[in-house]
Amino acid sequence: MRQSLKDREHLLRMLALLVAAIAVFLFVRSIAVPKDYGRFGPFRASALDDIAAMPVVFAGHSACEECHSDVVEARQGSKHTQIHCEICHGPAAAHAADPTASKPARPDGRELCLNCHVINVARPADFPQINPREHGDEGPCTACHPHHHPEP
Amino acid sequence: MDRRDFLLKGGKLIWLTGSAMVAWEAVLAGEPETAPNYKLTDHWWAMAIDIGLCIGCGSCVRACKEENGVIKEPFFFRTWVERYHVPHGDIERPEVDSPNGGYDGFPEKYPPQDGSKNFFVPKLCNQCAHSPCVQVCPVGATFESPDGVVLVDKEYCLGCRYCVQACPYGCRYIDPRSGTVDKCSLCYHRIRRGLTTACCEACPTGARRLGDLKDPNDPIHEFLRDRRVQVLKPQMATGAKVYYCDLDGSVR
Ligand code: HEC
Ligand code: HEC
Ligand code: HEC
Ligand code: HEC
Repeated sequence: MRQSLKDREHLLRMLALLVAAIAVFLFVRSIAVPKDYGRFGPFRASALDDIAAMPVVFAGHSACEECHSDVVEARQGSKHTQIHCEICHGPAAAHAADPTASKPARPDGRELCLNCHVINVARPADFPQINPREHGDEGPCTACHPHHHPEP
Repeated sequence: MDRRDFLLKGGKLIWLTGSAMVAWEAVLAGEPETAPNYKLTDHWWAMAIDIGLCIGCGSCVRACKEENGVIKEPFFFRTWVERYHVPHGDIERPEVDSPNGGYDGFPEKYPPQDGSKNFFVPKLCNQCAHSPCVQVCPVGATFESPDGVVLVDKEYCLGCRYCVQACPYGCRYIDPRSGTVDKCSLCYHRIRRGLTTACCEACPTGARRLGDLKDPNDPIHEFLRDRRVQVLKPQMATGAKVYYCDLDGSVR
Protein backbone atom coordinates (compact mmCIF):
# COMPACT_ATOMS: atom_id res chain seq x y z
CA MET A 1 0.00 0.00 0.00
CA ARG A 2 2.69 2.53 1.03
CA GLN A 3 4.76 1.52 -1.91
CA SER A 4 1.93 2.18 -4.41
CA LEU A 5 1.22 5.62 -2.94
CA LYS A 6 4.81 6.59 -3.44
CA ASP A 7 4.54 5.46 -7.04
CA ARG A 8 1.60 7.77 -7.56
CA GLU A 9 3.19 10.79 -5.97
CA HIS A 10 4.74 12.10 -9.17
CA LEU A 11 1.40 11.74 -10.90
CA LEU A 12 -0.24 13.86 -8.22
CA ARG A 13 2.45 16.48 -8.65
CA MET A 14 1.78 16.58 -12.37
CA LEU A 15 -1.91 16.89 -11.65
CA ALA A 16 -1.32 19.81 -9.31
CA LEU A 17 0.82 21.52 -11.96
CA LEU A 18 -1.85 20.96 -14.57
CA VAL A 19 -4.55 22.41 -12.35
CA ALA A 20 -2.34 25.42 -11.60
CA ALA A 21 -1.65 25.92 -15.32
CA ILE A 22 -5.36 25.77 -16.14
CA ALA A 23 -6.10 28.26 -13.36
CA VAL A 24 -3.47 30.67 -14.68
CA PHE A 25 -4.81 30.25 -18.22
CA LEU A 26 -8.38 30.97 -17.16
CA PHE A 27 -7.27 33.99 -15.14
CA VAL A 28 -5.25 35.50 -17.98
CA ARG A 29 -8.05 34.74 -20.43
CA SER A 30 -10.63 36.50 -18.27
CA ILE A 31 -8.46 39.63 -18.34
CA ALA A 32 -7.26 39.47 -21.95
CA VAL A 33 -10.51 38.61 -23.74
CA PRO A 34 -12.96 41.52 -23.91
CA LYS A 35 -16.30 40.93 -22.20
CA ASP A 36 -18.35 41.27 -25.36
CA TYR A 37 -16.05 39.25 -27.58
CA GLY A 38 -17.93 36.82 -29.79
CA ARG A 39 -21.33 38.44 -29.56
CA PHE A 40 -21.61 38.80 -33.36
CA GLY A 41 -18.56 36.81 -34.37
CA PRO A 42 -14.88 36.59 -33.57
CA PHE A 43 -14.41 40.24 -32.62
CA ARG A 44 -15.14 42.77 -29.88
CA ALA A 45 -18.79 43.71 -30.41
CA SER A 46 -18.50 47.18 -28.88
CA ALA A 47 -15.92 48.09 -31.54
CA LEU A 48 -18.95 48.63 -33.81
CA ASP A 49 -20.27 51.35 -31.54
CA ASP A 50 -16.81 52.82 -31.03
CA ILE A 51 -16.41 53.25 -34.78
CA ALA A 52 -19.99 54.47 -35.22
CA ALA A 53 -19.39 57.16 -32.60
CA MET A 54 -16.79 59.00 -34.72
CA PRO A 55 -17.75 62.62 -35.44
CA VAL A 56 -19.22 63.55 -38.81
CA VAL A 57 -17.28 66.19 -40.78
CA PHE A 58 -19.46 66.55 -43.89
CA ALA A 59 -23.00 67.51 -42.91
CA GLY A 60 -24.56 66.39 -46.19
CA HIS A 61 -26.41 68.57 -48.70
CA SER A 62 -29.86 68.17 -47.16
CA ALA A 63 -28.61 69.91 -44.00
CA CYS A 64 -27.36 72.93 -45.99
CA GLU A 65 -30.53 73.12 -48.04
CA GLU A 66 -32.68 73.49 -44.92
CA CYS A 67 -31.22 76.92 -44.13
CA HIS A 68 -29.92 78.13 -47.49
CA SER A 69 -33.14 78.01 -49.48
CA ASP A 70 -31.99 81.09 -51.43
CA VAL A 71 -29.03 79.14 -52.80
CA VAL A 72 -31.25 76.18 -53.64
CA GLU A 73 -33.45 78.58 -55.59
CA ALA A 74 -30.46 80.10 -57.38
CA ARG A 75 -29.27 76.64 -58.38
CA GLN A 76 -32.64 75.57 -59.75
CA GLY A 77 -32.47 74.26 -63.31
CA SER A 78 -28.68 74.21 -63.34
CA LYS A 79 -26.71 71.11 -64.24
CA HIS A 80 -24.85 71.80 -61.01
CA THR A 81 -27.79 70.83 -58.78
CA GLN A 82 -26.30 67.36 -58.50
CA ILE A 83 -23.06 68.88 -57.15
CA HIS A 84 -23.49 69.00 -53.42
CA CYS A 85 -22.64 72.17 -51.53
CA GLU A 86 -19.71 70.78 -49.61
CA ILE A 87 -17.83 69.69 -52.74
CA CYS A 88 -17.16 73.36 -53.43
CA HIS A 89 -17.41 74.80 -49.92
CA GLY A 90 -15.53 72.07 -48.06
CA PRO A 91 -16.69 70.13 -45.01
CA ALA A 92 -19.16 72.20 -43.01
CA ALA A 93 -20.71 70.06 -40.28
CA ALA A 94 -19.40 72.51 -37.67
CA HIS A 95 -21.04 75.39 -39.54
CA ALA A 96 -24.33 73.51 -39.93
CA ALA A 97 -24.41 72.80 -36.20
CA ASP A 98 -23.72 76.44 -35.32
CA PRO A 99 -23.62 78.87 -38.31
CA THR A 100 -21.98 81.65 -36.32
CA ALA A 101 -19.18 79.50 -34.91
CA SER A 102 -17.44 78.79 -38.20
CA LYS A 103 -17.81 79.78 -41.82
CA PRO A 104 -17.28 77.41 -44.72
CA ALA A 105 -14.70 78.38 -47.31
CA ARG A 106 -15.70 80.78 -50.09
CA PRO A 107 -13.85 79.04 -52.85
CA ASP A 108 -11.83 80.95 -55.40
CA GLY A 109 -13.66 80.43 -58.67
CA ARG A 110 -10.90 79.60 -61.13
CA GLU A 111 -8.98 76.88 -59.27
CA LEU A 112 -12.22 75.27 -58.19
CA CYS A 113 -13.88 75.15 -61.59
CA LEU A 114 -10.79 73.98 -63.46
CA ASN A 115 -10.43 71.08 -61.05
CA CYS A 116 -13.45 69.54 -62.72
CA HIS A 117 -13.65 71.23 -66.11
CA VAL A 118 -10.07 71.40 -67.41
CA ILE A 119 -9.66 69.28 -70.50
CA ASN A 120 -8.29 65.78 -69.93
CA VAL A 121 -8.41 62.84 -72.32
CA ALA A 122 -9.23 60.39 -69.53
CA ARG A 123 -12.48 62.24 -68.78
CA PRO A 124 -15.66 60.95 -70.39
CA ALA A 125 -15.91 62.59 -73.82
CA ASP A 126 -19.43 63.92 -73.15
CA PHE A 127 -18.38 65.78 -70.01
CA PRO A 128 -18.12 69.56 -70.66
CA GLN A 129 -14.42 70.43 -70.63
CA ILE A 130 -12.58 73.58 -71.55
CA ASN A 131 -9.03 74.55 -72.38
CA PRO A 132 -8.22 77.34 -69.89
CA ARG A 133 -5.75 78.95 -72.31
CA GLU A 134 -8.41 79.35 -74.98
CA HIS A 135 -11.60 79.69 -72.98
CA GLY A 136 -12.54 82.90 -71.19
CA ASP A 137 -9.80 85.39 -70.44
CA GLU A 138 -7.56 84.22 -67.60
CA GLY A 139 -9.94 85.96 -65.21
CA PRO A 140 -12.17 84.27 -62.66
CA CYS A 141 -14.70 81.94 -64.26
CA THR A 142 -17.41 83.46 -62.10
CA ALA A 143 -17.04 86.74 -64.03
CA CYS A 144 -19.09 85.14 -66.80
CA HIS A 145 -20.60 82.10 -65.08
CA PRO A 146 -22.72 82.86 -61.97
CA HIS A 147 -21.25 80.61 -59.29
CA HIS A 148 -24.47 78.86 -58.33
CA HIS A 149 -25.89 78.64 -61.85
CA PRO A 150 -22.93 78.52 -64.24
CA GLU A 151 -24.89 78.03 -67.46
CA PRO A 152 -24.98 81.35 -69.33
CA MET B 1 -32.72 12.39 0.28
CA ASP B 2 -31.72 9.35 -1.71
CA ARG B 3 -29.05 9.29 -4.31
CA ARG B 4 -31.45 9.69 -7.25
CA ASP B 5 -33.04 12.74 -5.65
CA PHE B 6 -29.63 14.25 -4.92
CA LEU B 7 -28.46 13.84 -8.50
CA LEU B 8 -31.64 15.36 -9.90
CA LYS B 9 -31.62 18.40 -7.59
CA GLY B 10 -27.89 18.92 -7.98
CA GLY B 11 -28.14 18.67 -11.74
CA LYS B 12 -30.92 21.25 -11.86
CA LEU B 13 -28.92 23.61 -9.63
CA ILE B 14 -25.87 23.38 -11.88
CA TRP B 15 -27.99 23.89 -14.98
CA LEU B 16 -29.70 26.94 -13.44
CA THR B 17 -26.48 28.63 -12.34
CA GLY B 18 -25.06 27.94 -15.79
CA SER B 19 -27.92 29.63 -17.61
CA ALA B 20 -27.97 32.46 -15.08
CA MET B 21 -24.31 33.08 -15.82
CA VAL B 22 -24.92 33.15 -19.56
CA ALA B 23 -27.78 35.59 -19.07
CA TRP B 24 -25.68 37.75 -16.75
CA GLU B 25 -22.85 37.88 -19.29
CA ALA B 26 -25.30 39.13 -21.91
CA VAL B 27 -26.48 41.81 -19.48
CA LEU B 28 -22.90 42.86 -18.75
CA ALA B 29 -22.06 43.06 -22.46
CA GLY B 30 -24.80 45.64 -22.95
CA GLU B 31 -27.17 46.16 -25.87
CA PRO B 32 -25.00 46.96 -28.93
CA GLU B 33 -27.65 48.76 -30.95
CA THR B 34 -27.43 52.22 -29.46
CA ALA B 35 -28.85 53.91 -32.56
CA PRO B 36 -32.54 53.26 -31.96
CA ASN B 37 -33.63 53.08 -35.58
CA TYR B 38 -30.67 51.17 -36.90
CA LYS B 39 -30.83 47.38 -36.84
CA LEU B 40 -27.59 45.68 -37.77
CA THR B 41 -29.34 42.77 -39.40
CA ASP B 42 -31.49 44.98 -41.65
CA HIS B 43 -28.60 46.19 -43.79
CA TRP B 44 -26.00 44.78 -46.16
CA TRP B 45 -23.88 47.61 -47.52
CA ALA B 46 -22.31 47.74 -50.94
CA MET B 47 -21.16 50.34 -53.47
CA ALA B 48 -21.96 50.89 -57.12
CA ILE B 49 -19.31 52.55 -59.28
CA ASP B 50 -20.04 53.76 -62.79
CA ILE B 51 -16.64 54.19 -64.43
CA GLY B 52 -18.20 55.96 -67.40
CA LEU B 53 -19.18 58.84 -65.12
CA CYS B 54 -15.90 59.35 -63.24
CA ILE B 55 -14.23 62.62 -64.27
CA GLY B 56 -11.15 62.17 -62.06
CA CYS B 57 -11.68 65.38 -60.11
CA GLY B 58 -10.40 63.80 -56.88
CA SER B 59 -13.24 65.21 -54.77
CA CYS B 60 -13.81 61.78 -53.22
CA VAL B 61 -10.15 61.41 -52.23
CA ARG B 62 -10.10 64.82 -50.53
CA ALA B 63 -13.45 64.30 -48.83
CA CYS B 64 -12.41 60.89 -47.54
CA LYS B 65 -9.24 62.26 -45.99
CA GLU B 66 -11.16 65.10 -44.33
CA GLU B 67 -13.96 62.92 -43.03
CA ASN B 68 -11.81 60.13 -41.66
CA GLY B 69 -8.76 62.05 -40.53
CA VAL B 70 -6.56 60.12 -42.94
CA ILE B 71 -2.95 61.27 -42.81
CA LYS B 72 -2.42 63.88 -45.54
CA GLU B 73 0.91 62.64 -46.87
CA PRO B 74 0.86 60.75 -50.14
CA PHE B 75 0.71 56.94 -50.10
CA PHE B 76 -1.93 56.79 -47.37
CA PHE B 77 -5.41 56.46 -48.79
CA ARG B 78 -8.70 54.91 -47.86
CA THR B 79 -9.92 55.67 -51.35
CA TRP B 80 -7.97 56.79 -54.39
CA VAL B 81 -8.44 57.21 -58.12
CA GLU B 82 -6.32 55.55 -60.81
CA ARG B 83 -5.87 56.75 -64.37
CA TYR B 84 -5.63 54.05 -67.03
CA HIS B 85 -3.94 54.64 -70.35
CA VAL B 86 -4.41 51.59 -72.56
CA PRO B 87 -2.45 51.59 -75.83
CA HIS B 88 -4.61 50.62 -78.77
CA GLY B 89 -5.78 47.05 -78.37
CA ASP B 90 -3.22 46.14 -75.71
CA ILE B 91 -5.24 45.50 -72.59
CA GLU B 92 -2.42 43.39 -71.19
CA ARG B 93 -0.13 46.38 -70.71
CA PRO B 94 -2.04 49.40 -69.46
CA GLU B 95 -0.14 52.38 -68.10
CA VAL B 96 -1.59 53.20 -64.69
CA ASP B 97 -0.86 56.25 -62.60
CA SER B 98 -2.35 57.86 -59.54
CA PRO B 99 -0.43 61.03 -58.63
CA ASN B 100 -1.04 61.53 -54.91
CA GLY B 101 -4.01 59.19 -55.26
CA GLY B 102 -5.77 61.81 -57.37
CA TYR B 103 -5.88 64.19 -54.40
CA ASP B 104 -4.79 67.12 -56.58
CA GLY B 105 -6.51 65.93 -59.72
CA PHE B 106 -4.72 64.56 -62.76
CA PRO B 107 -2.49 66.90 -64.78
CA GLU B 108 -3.03 66.20 -68.48
CA LYS B 109 -0.34 63.78 -69.57
CA TYR B 110 -1.44 61.99 -72.71
CA PRO B 111 -2.01 63.52 -76.15
CA PRO B 112 -5.59 63.48 -77.37
CA GLN B 113 -6.61 61.07 -80.12
CA ASP B 114 -3.50 58.89 -80.18
CA GLY B 115 -5.66 55.79 -80.54
CA SER B 116 -5.38 54.93 -76.87
CA LYS B 117 -8.14 54.32 -74.37
CA ASN B 118 -8.17 56.49 -71.24
CA PHE B 119 -10.37 56.40 -68.19
CA PHE B 120 -10.41 56.77 -64.42
CA VAL B 121 -11.09 54.01 -61.89
CA PRO B 122 -11.97 54.97 -58.31
CA LYS B 123 -10.81 52.37 -55.82
CA LEU B 124 -11.59 51.61 -52.22
CA CYS B 125 -12.01 48.65 -49.90
CA ASN B 126 -14.25 46.14 -51.64
CA GLN B 127 -16.03 45.22 -48.37
CA CYS B 128 -15.61 41.54 -49.16
CA ALA B 129 -18.09 39.14 -47.60
CA HIS B 130 -15.37 36.45 -47.37
CA SER B 131 -12.47 38.70 -46.75
CA PRO B 132 -8.89 37.37 -46.83
CA CYS B 133 -7.75 40.19 -44.55
CA VAL B 134 -10.20 39.11 -41.86
CA GLN B 135 -9.15 35.49 -42.12
CA VAL B 136 -5.48 36.24 -41.42
CA CYS B 137 -5.96 38.56 -38.45
CA PRO B 138 -4.52 36.75 -35.43
CA VAL B 139 -6.39 38.76 -32.78
CA GLY B 140 -9.85 39.41 -34.26
CA ALA B 141 -9.06 43.11 -34.70
CA THR B 142 -10.51 43.20 -38.21
CA PHE B 143 -13.87 41.70 -38.95
CA GLU B 144 -16.94 41.67 -41.15
CA SER B 145 -19.69 43.50 -39.33
CA PRO B 146 -23.22 42.01 -39.32
CA ASP B 147 -24.25 44.78 -41.73
CA GLY B 148 -21.58 43.90 -44.25
CA VAL B 149 -18.71 46.30 -43.63
CA VAL B 150 -15.12 45.22 -43.02
CA LEU B 151 -13.93 47.21 -40.02
CA VAL B 152 -10.81 47.58 -37.89
CA ASP B 153 -10.85 47.56 -34.11
CA LYS B 154 -7.99 49.99 -33.46
CA GLU B 155 -7.76 49.02 -29.80
CA TYR B 156 -6.95 45.41 -30.57
CA CYS B 157 -4.87 45.82 -33.71
CA LEU B 158 -1.27 44.76 -33.10
CA GLY B 159 0.10 46.30 -36.29
CA CYS B 160 1.38 42.92 -37.47
CA ARG B 161 0.68 43.75 -41.15
CA TYR B 162 -0.64 40.32 -42.10
CA CYS B 163 -3.85 41.86 -43.42
CA VAL B 164 -1.95 44.46 -45.45
CA GLN B 165 -0.30 41.57 -47.27
CA ALA B 166 -3.48 39.54 -47.53
CA CYS B 167 -5.64 42.20 -49.18
CA PRO B 168 -5.64 41.47 -52.94
CA TYR B 169 -6.71 45.04 -53.66
CA GLY B 170 -4.04 46.92 -51.70
CA CYS B 171 -6.63 48.75 -49.65
CA ARG B 172 -4.87 48.71 -46.29
CA TYR B 173 -2.00 50.70 -44.85
CA ILE B 174 -0.31 51.13 -41.51
CA ASP B 175 -1.08 54.53 -40.02
CA PRO B 176 2.35 55.86 -39.00
CA ARG B 177 0.77 57.88 -36.17
CA SER B 178 -0.66 54.92 -34.30
CA GLY B 179 1.17 51.93 -35.77
CA THR B 180 -2.17 50.24 -36.38
CA VAL B 181 -3.80 49.34 -39.65
CA ASP B 182 -6.31 51.64 -41.31
CA LYS B 183 -8.68 51.19 -44.21
CA CYS B 184 -11.97 52.35 -45.68
CA SER B 185 -14.77 51.84 -43.17
CA LEU B 186 -17.43 52.75 -45.74
CA CYS B 187 -17.86 55.77 -43.44
CA TYR B 188 -19.46 53.47 -40.91
CA HIS B 189 -20.08 56.39 -38.55
CA ARG B 190 -22.05 58.13 -41.30
CA ILE B 191 -24.12 55.22 -42.60
CA ARG B 192 -25.16 54.34 -39.05
CA ARG B 193 -26.54 57.89 -38.82
CA GLY B 194 -28.42 57.55 -42.09
CA LEU B 195 -25.96 59.63 -44.13
CA THR B 196 -24.15 58.50 -47.25
CA THR B 197 -20.37 58.09 -47.31
CA ALA B 198 -18.16 61.17 -47.63
CA CYS B 199 -16.91 60.05 -51.06
CA CYS B 200 -20.44 59.61 -52.39
CA GLU B 201 -21.49 62.94 -50.92
CA ALA B 202 -18.52 64.52 -52.70
CA CYS B 203 -18.97 62.85 -56.08
CA PRO B 204 -20.30 65.47 -58.55
CA THR B 205 -21.46 63.00 -61.20
CA GLY B 206 -22.94 60.16 -59.15
CA ALA B 207 -20.17 57.87 -60.35
CA ARG B 208 -20.08 56.25 -56.93
CA ARG B 209 -23.17 55.47 -54.92
CA LEU B 210 -23.66 53.71 -51.63
CA GLY B 211 -26.25 50.95 -51.69
CA ASP B 212 -28.02 48.74 -49.21
CA LEU B 213 -28.57 45.31 -50.72
CA LYS B 214 -31.12 44.41 -48.06
CA ASP B 215 -33.32 47.42 -48.85
CA PRO B 216 -35.59 46.35 -51.73
CA ASN B 217 -36.17 50.01 -52.72
CA ASP B 218 -32.52 50.90 -53.02
CA PRO B 219 -31.55 52.01 -56.57
CA ILE B 220 -28.54 49.71 -56.40
CA HIS B 221 -30.83 46.85 -57.40
CA GLU B 222 -31.65 48.62 -60.66
CA PHE B 223 -27.95 49.24 -61.20
CA LEU B 224 -27.13 45.56 -60.67
CA ARG B 225 -30.00 44.42 -62.86
CA ASP B 226 -29.86 46.86 -65.76
CA ARG B 227 -26.12 47.37 -66.14
CA ARG B 228 -23.32 44.97 -66.96
CA VAL B 229 -21.42 44.85 -63.69
CA GLN B 230 -18.26 43.22 -62.44
CA VAL B 231 -16.19 43.17 -59.27
CA LEU B 232 -12.42 43.49 -59.17
CA LYS B 233 -10.45 40.22 -59.26
CA PRO B 234 -13.49 37.93 -59.29
CA GLN B 235 -11.13 34.96 -59.49
CA MET B 236 -10.11 35.63 -55.89
CA ALA B 237 -13.65 34.73 -54.74
CA THR B 238 -13.54 37.29 -51.98
CA GLY B 239 -17.23 38.14 -52.17
CA ALA B 240 -16.39 41.74 -53.09
CA LYS B 241 -19.35 44.13 -52.82
CA VAL B 242 -18.02 47.09 -54.79
CA TYR B 243 -19.66 46.66 -58.18
CA TYR B 244 -18.18 48.37 -61.22
CA CYS B 245 -19.98 48.88 -64.47
CA ASP B 246 -18.08 49.67 -67.67
CA LEU B 247 -15.06 47.92 -66.16
CA ASP B 248 -12.34 47.42 -68.76
CA GLY B 249 -10.39 44.15 -68.93
CA SER B 250 -7.14 46.04 -68.37
CA VAL B 251 -8.13 46.98 -64.81
CA ARG B 252 -6.42 44.82 -62.24
C1 HEC C 1 -28.69 76.28 -39.18
C2 HEC C 1 -28.77 76.91 -40.46
C3 HEC C 1 -27.60 76.71 -41.42
C4 HEC C 1 -27.18 75.53 -41.94
C5 HEC C 1 -27.70 74.12 -41.65
C6 HEC C 1 -26.13 75.86 -42.86
N1 HEC C 1 -25.91 77.20 -42.87
FE1 HEC C 1 -24.58 78.20 -44.01
N2 HEC C 1 -25.06 79.94 -43.14
C7 HEC C 1 -26.09 80.10 -42.22
C8 HEC C 1 -26.17 81.50 -41.87
C9 HEC C 1 -27.17 82.09 -40.87
C10 HEC C 1 -25.17 82.16 -42.61
C11 HEC C 1 -24.88 83.64 -42.65
C12 HEC C 1 -23.78 83.96 -41.69
C13 HEC C 1 -23.41 85.40 -41.86
O1 HEC C 1 -23.63 85.94 -42.93
O2 HEC C 1 -22.87 85.91 -40.89
C14 HEC C 1 -24.50 81.16 -43.40
C15 HEC C 1 -23.44 81.43 -44.27
C16 HEC C 1 -22.91 80.50 -45.15
C17 HEC C 1 -21.91 80.77 -46.16
C18 HEC C 1 -21.29 82.10 -46.45
C19 HEC C 1 -20.10 82.26 -45.57
C20 HEC C 1 -19.50 83.61 -45.73
O3 HEC C 1 -18.27 83.68 -45.67
O4 HEC C 1 -20.26 84.57 -45.91
C21 HEC C 1 -21.67 79.61 -46.82
C22 HEC C 1 -20.69 79.40 -47.95
C23 HEC C 1 -22.49 78.60 -46.21
N3 HEC C 1 -23.23 79.16 -45.20
C24 HEC C 1 -22.50 77.27 -46.60
C25 HEC C 1 -23.19 76.28 -45.94
C26 HEC C 1 -23.07 74.89 -46.26
C27 HEC C 1 -22.18 74.31 -47.34
C28 HEC C 1 -23.90 74.22 -45.43
C29 HEC C 1 -24.15 72.72 -45.35
C30 HEC C 1 -23.13 71.94 -44.71
C31 HEC C 1 -24.55 75.21 -44.58
N4 HEC C 1 -24.08 76.45 -44.92
C32 HEC C 1 -25.48 74.91 -43.61
C33 HEC C 1 -26.91 79.11 -41.72
C34 HEC C 1 -26.80 77.76 -42.00
C1 HEC D 1 -19.76 74.65 -58.09
C2 HEC D 1 -19.35 74.98 -56.78
C3 HEC D 1 -20.39 75.40 -55.75
C4 HEC D 1 -21.45 74.68 -55.28
C5 HEC D 1 -21.86 73.27 -55.70
C6 HEC D 1 -22.09 75.47 -54.28
N1 HEC D 1 -21.45 76.67 -54.15
FE1 HEC D 1 -21.93 78.14 -52.86
N2 HEC D 1 -20.49 79.32 -53.69
C7 HEC D 1 -19.61 78.93 -54.67
C8 HEC D 1 -18.79 80.04 -55.03
C9 HEC D 1 -17.69 80.01 -56.09
C10 HEC D 1 -19.21 81.12 -54.23
C11 HEC D 1 -18.72 82.55 -54.30
C12 HEC D 1 -17.56 82.78 -53.41
C13 HEC D 1 -17.16 84.22 -53.50
O1 HEC D 1 -17.48 84.85 -54.49
O2 HEC D 1 -16.53 84.66 -52.56
C14 HEC D 1 -20.28 80.63 -53.38
C15 HEC D 1 -20.93 81.40 -52.43
C16 HEC D 1 -21.87 80.89 -51.53
C17 HEC D 1 -22.51 81.63 -50.47
C18 HEC D 1 -22.28 83.07 -50.14
C19 HEC D 1 -23.43 83.90 -50.61
C20 HEC D 1 -23.56 83.89 -52.11
O3 HEC D 1 -24.59 83.38 -52.60
O4 HEC D 1 -22.66 84.35 -52.80
C21 HEC D 1 -23.36 80.77 -49.83
C22 HEC D 1 -24.26 81.06 -48.65
C23 HEC D 1 -23.27 79.49 -50.50
N3 HEC D 1 -22.37 79.61 -51.53
C24 HEC D 1 -23.97 78.36 -50.14
C25 HEC D 1 -24.05 77.23 -50.90
C26 HEC D 1 -24.96 76.13 -50.64
C27 HEC D 1 -25.93 76.05 -49.50
C28 HEC D 1 -24.76 75.22 -51.61
C29 HEC D 1 -25.50 73.90 -51.83
C30 HEC D 1 -26.94 74.00 -52.01
C31 HEC D 1 -23.70 75.72 -52.47
N4 HEC D 1 -23.32 76.94 -52.02
C32 HEC D 1 -23.19 75.05 -53.56
C33 HEC D 1 -19.52 77.68 -55.25
C34 HEC D 1 -20.40 76.66 -55.05
C1 HEC E 1 -16.92 68.98 -58.49
C2 HEC E 1 -16.84 69.15 -59.90
C3 HEC E 1 -17.32 70.47 -60.51
C4 HEC E 1 -16.92 71.73 -60.15
C5 HEC E 1 -16.01 72.13 -59.01
C6 HEC E 1 -17.55 72.60 -61.08
N1 HEC E 1 -18.30 71.89 -61.96
FE1 HEC E 1 -19.33 72.64 -63.53
N2 HEC E 1 -20.13 70.85 -63.90
C7 HEC E 1 -19.84 69.70 -63.21
C8 HEC E 1 -20.73 68.66 -63.62
C9 HEC E 1 -20.75 67.22 -63.08
C10 HEC E 1 -21.57 69.22 -64.61
C11 HEC E 1 -22.72 68.53 -65.34
C12 HEC E 1 -22.18 67.92 -66.61
C13 HEC E 1 -23.26 67.19 -67.35
O1 HEC E 1 -24.40 67.19 -66.91
O2 HEC E 1 -22.90 66.62 -68.36
C14 HEC E 1 -21.16 70.59 -64.77
C15 HEC E 1 -21.72 71.48 -65.67
C16 HEC E 1 -21.24 72.75 -65.87
C17 HEC E 1 -21.65 73.65 -66.92
C18 HEC E 1 -22.71 73.35 -67.96
C19 HEC E 1 -22.10 72.75 -69.17
C20 HEC E 1 -23.13 72.44 -70.20
O3 HEC E 1 -23.03 71.35 -70.75
O4 HEC E 1 -24.00 73.26 -70.40
C21 HEC E 1 -20.96 74.81 -66.80
C22 HEC E 1 -21.04 76.06 -67.68
C23 HEC E 1 -20.10 74.66 -65.66
N3 HEC E 1 -20.29 73.40 -65.13
C24 HEC E 1 -19.26 75.63 -65.19
C25 HEC E 1 -18.61 75.56 -63.97
C26 HEC E 1 -18.01 76.68 -63.29
C27 HEC E 1 -17.97 78.09 -63.83
C28 HEC E 1 -17.50 76.21 -62.13
C29 HEC E 1 -16.80 77.00 -61.03
C30 HEC E 1 -17.67 77.90 -60.28
C31 HEC E 1 -17.77 74.80 -62.08
N4 HEC E 1 -18.46 74.46 -63.20
C32 HEC E 1 -17.35 73.97 -61.06
C33 HEC E 1 -18.85 69.55 -62.26
C34 HEC E 1 -18.20 70.59 -61.64
C1 HEC F 1 -15.41 85.79 -70.86
C2 HEC F 1 -16.48 85.06 -70.25
C3 HEC F 1 -16.15 83.64 -69.80
C4 HEC F 1 -15.22 83.28 -68.88
C5 HEC F 1 -14.22 84.14 -68.09
C6 HEC F 1 -15.35 81.86 -68.73
N1 HEC F 1 -16.34 81.38 -69.55
FE1 HEC F 1 -16.99 79.46 -69.68
N2 HEC F 1 -18.27 79.96 -71.15
C7 HEC F 1 -18.52 81.23 -71.58
C8 HEC F 1 -19.55 81.20 -72.60
C9 HEC F 1 -20.12 82.39 -73.33
C10 HEC F 1 -19.91 79.83 -72.75
C11 HEC F 1 -20.97 79.22 -73.68
C12 HEC F 1 -20.48 79.16 -75.10
C13 HEC F 1 -19.47 78.10 -75.30
O1 HEC F 1 -19.83 76.93 -75.24
O2 HEC F 1 -18.32 78.44 -75.56
C14 HEC F 1 -19.10 79.08 -71.82
C15 HEC F 1 -19.16 77.71 -71.69
C16 HEC F 1 -18.49 77.01 -70.68
C17 HEC F 1 -18.61 75.61 -70.44
C18 HEC F 1 -19.46 74.62 -71.21
C19 HEC F 1 -18.65 74.14 -72.38
C20 HEC F 1 -19.38 73.05 -73.14
O3 HEC F 1 -18.67 72.28 -73.78
O4 HEC F 1 -20.60 72.97 -73.06
C21 HEC F 1 -17.80 75.30 -69.41
C22 HEC F 1 -17.59 73.92 -68.78
C23 HEC F 1 -17.17 76.51 -68.99
N3 HEC F 1 -17.60 77.53 -69.78
C24 HEC F 1 -16.29 76.59 -67.94
C25 HEC F 1 -15.56 77.72 -67.65
C26 HEC F 1 -14.50 77.76 -66.68
C27 HEC F 1 -14.05 76.56 -65.84
C28 HEC F 1 -14.00 79.01 -66.67
C29 HEC F 1 -12.84 79.54 -65.80
C30 HEC F 1 -11.54 78.97 -66.12
C31 HEC F 1 -14.76 79.77 -67.61
N4 HEC F 1 -15.69 78.96 -68.20
C32 HEC F 1 -14.55 81.10 -67.86
C33 HEC F 1 -17.90 82.39 -71.13
C34 HEC F 1 -16.86 82.45 -70.22
